[in-house]
Amino acid sequence: MTRAFLAVVGRDLRLALRQGSDALAALVFYVVVVALFPLGVGPEPGALERMSGGVVWIGALLAAMLSLDRLFQADYEDGGLDLLLLAPAPLEVLVLAKCLAHWLTAGLPILLASPLLGLLLNMRPEAWLALVAGMALGTPALSLVGAVGAALALGARRAGTLVPLLVLPLVVPVLVFGVAAVEAAAAGLDTAPPLMLLAAASLAALALCPWAAAAALRQAAA
Amino acid sequence: MHRFANPARFMRIAEAGLPWIAAGSAGCVAAGLYFGLVASPPDYQQGETVRIMYVHVPSAWMAMFVYALLAAASAGFLVWRHPLADVAARAAAPIGAGFTAMALVTGALWGQPMWGTWWVWDARLTSVLILFFLYLGHIALTGAFDEPERGARAGALLALVGAVNLPVIKFSVDWWNTLHQPASLARLDGPAIHSSMLTPLLLMALGFLLYFLAVLTVRMRALLLARRIRALRLAGTG
Repeated sequence: MTRAFLAVVGRDLRLALRQGSDALAALVFYVVVVALFPLGVGPEPGALERMSGGVVWIGALLAAMLSLDRLFQADYEDGGLDLLLLAPAPLEVLVLAKCLAHWLTAGLPILLASPLLGLLLNMRPEAWLALVAGMALGTPALSLVGAVGAALALGARRAGTLVPLLVLPLVVPVLVFGVAAVEAAAAGLDTAPPLMLLAAASLAALALCPWAAAAALRQAAA
Repeated sequence: MHRFANPARFMRIAEAGLPWIAAGSAGCVAAGLYFGLVASPPDYQQGETVRIMYVHVPSAWMAMFVYALLAAASAGFLVWRHPLADVAARAAAPIGAGFTAMALVTGALWGQPMWGTWWVWDARLTSVLILFFLYLGHIALTGAFDEPERGARAGALLALVGAVNLPVIKFSVDWWNTLHQPASLARLDGPAIHSSMLTPLLLMALGFLLYFLAVLTVRMRALLLARRIRALRLAGTG
């Protein structure tokens, strides 16, 4: 089972590295979305600083949505999904492996880029740590819940617009607590409670989402 | 339950029951409106605007009840492949979205005179807004497949995943410090509301429930007929 898990993670990482444009596109999208805000609301430093946490987090959510369709779509089209379904390892474990690979190629770049984007938005330096910690704790939930949405929309018409519609309402808690952590740090308050709630959201997603996504994959292939 | 799994038998029973349900709904709403608008006193703090409650609260209850029913029907569909469950879920979702929209709109109309704002981003309002989005996502997903069977299965899974929002809505007023008031009826020490206001509220709630059942029956009948027409068309061309 561990070998199958690692094999799927390795395969998805190799695929992402060798056709790097997909992962890069999500990252560039993230930077562009966040860079639009100062242009849209005006470059006044005080206003930017106040909304920096929310803007960076919303950009992260949208960028994560953008990269979700490549999670299962290619496997669905070329029949690789059927092999995953027939594999002796439990499908839930393989889904978890795909989520981990997705997080490494989408969540991790977002996480690494976020302090830089915070800098662009005049975010206070004391909030950077809370932003990065929040992203590290919260982005796994985006990949996990996103996997459920991506699996449900397999084979649907206009799946690309459907997935964000399904996933975004379910990841609102991640946004709320992620921004709360940034704002608490900027105001000099304790950041532990929102970070713990973020960790709780990710752990709950870790416990529940592989089952839901695996069920969705089974019905998509049936 | 499986006795009613036969769509034809369901249609016969629904046909017979529909006029009674519809009449009961109209009667309850009429009586509720009389007691609510004429026979009940204005609130000592809120004045006449308290009467918005007789629409707002039953809509909000129905919004949650319909989602619970949607989730239950979806579970029934996934576990037992009950042939009516997916029809019921598909028929219920737009009605539930309507009730949710009504709860949000009447809440805004009530919030403007009472709180001084149409909308606040507190936990109760936000979680009900998310419920509305979940309904819309369900409707979009069930309709997004060329094969209706796939849409039914995907929608059923989504309905079950979205059910995590229901306890959040219910307990949002207890967990967070919200502008929205906490529960007044479902309390251990009895309802904190006078009977002159409780009577119209419960009458309206019953009327809304019967209205839902009537519209659900009509929609289910329409969906079953549409399915039969589709099958006949396919048989005709094939």
